[in-house]
Amino acid sequence: MMRGAWRWAVRVTGEVLITLGLLLFLFAAWQLWWTDVTSNRSQASEIQALEKGFVSAGLPERGIPGGADPRATLTKVPFGQAFAIVRIPRFGADYARPVLQGTDHDTLTRGMGHYPGTAFPGQVGNFAFAGHRTTYGRPLHNIDRLRKGDIIVVETKARYVVYAVDRHVIVTPDHVEVIDPVPQHPGAKPKEAWMTMTACHPKFSARERFVVFARLVKSIPRASGLPASFMAEPVGTVR
Amino acid sequence: MYGPLWRLLPGPWPVKALLALILVFVVVVVCFLWIFPAIAPYMPFNSYSVQTGTSR
Repeated sequence: MMRGAWRWAVRVTGEVLITLGLLLFLFAAWQLWWTDVTSNRSQASEIQALEKGFVSAGLPERGIPGGADPRATLTKVPFGQAFAIVRIPRFGADYARPVLQGTDHDTLTRGMGHYPGTAFPGQVGNFAFAGHRTTYGRPLHNIDRLRKGDIIVVETKARYVVYAVDRHVIVTPDHVEVIDPVPQHPGAKPKEAWMTMTACHPKFSARERFVVFARLVKSIPRASGLPASFMAEPVGTVR
Repeated sequence: MYGPLWRLLPGPWPVKALLALILVFVVVVVCFLWIFPAIAPYMPFNSYSVQTGTSR
């Protein structure tokens, strides 16, 4: 009798442990593979919606009265809403990822997340956003392959804002001064337009952040069109 | 655990096997669509921004 109960307990424990092991494998498969599938899909549809909205251009952007300021850019975007497309020729001429307002988990599954309170594209200050290095569509998978001078085009409803990569740092996640108005200079008064991208480092880890700083090259009204030279793929393009 | 479950499934063994496969599929779908997305934000490797204080 005791023997039977003992055998039963061992069997059930074994089965539970095997089941938990299989569920862990399943979670790994979901995290490493399925999140890419779903996020790539939703990021592509965000891009489509943005491009559709951008075509009806000529209109002033939200929050700008009458477009009186010729350098008009965005000033306010609701949390979780997409407002820009990032194009990086180093990652391929067809590389396009949406930027949404906010950096919470859900927003970052749908694209890059703009740090609230930082500048908007083209503005003096620091236009800073975060993106996944791995999983969830991994928009910044190859951030470590960017080189000084690489072009980054941020497309908004009104303008093409062109930045060029300046430098990178690898820091722990508490180094918030990388998204300061003058990156890495807390308290300094901004005079230039910067852009900062943050992603995880090393790959598949959240221990550090790979941070790339880029400086404004040119802000071009949409009506003028983007010169093709900016979208030329550099030698050594990675996809 | 799995023994009683197998005996609970009706029909001859091919039917049982098919029903078992369907059950497995249902479990996978429920995990992929609801359970995993719900627990993912709490995973230590799913933090992707810079912020003050302890990193999530």
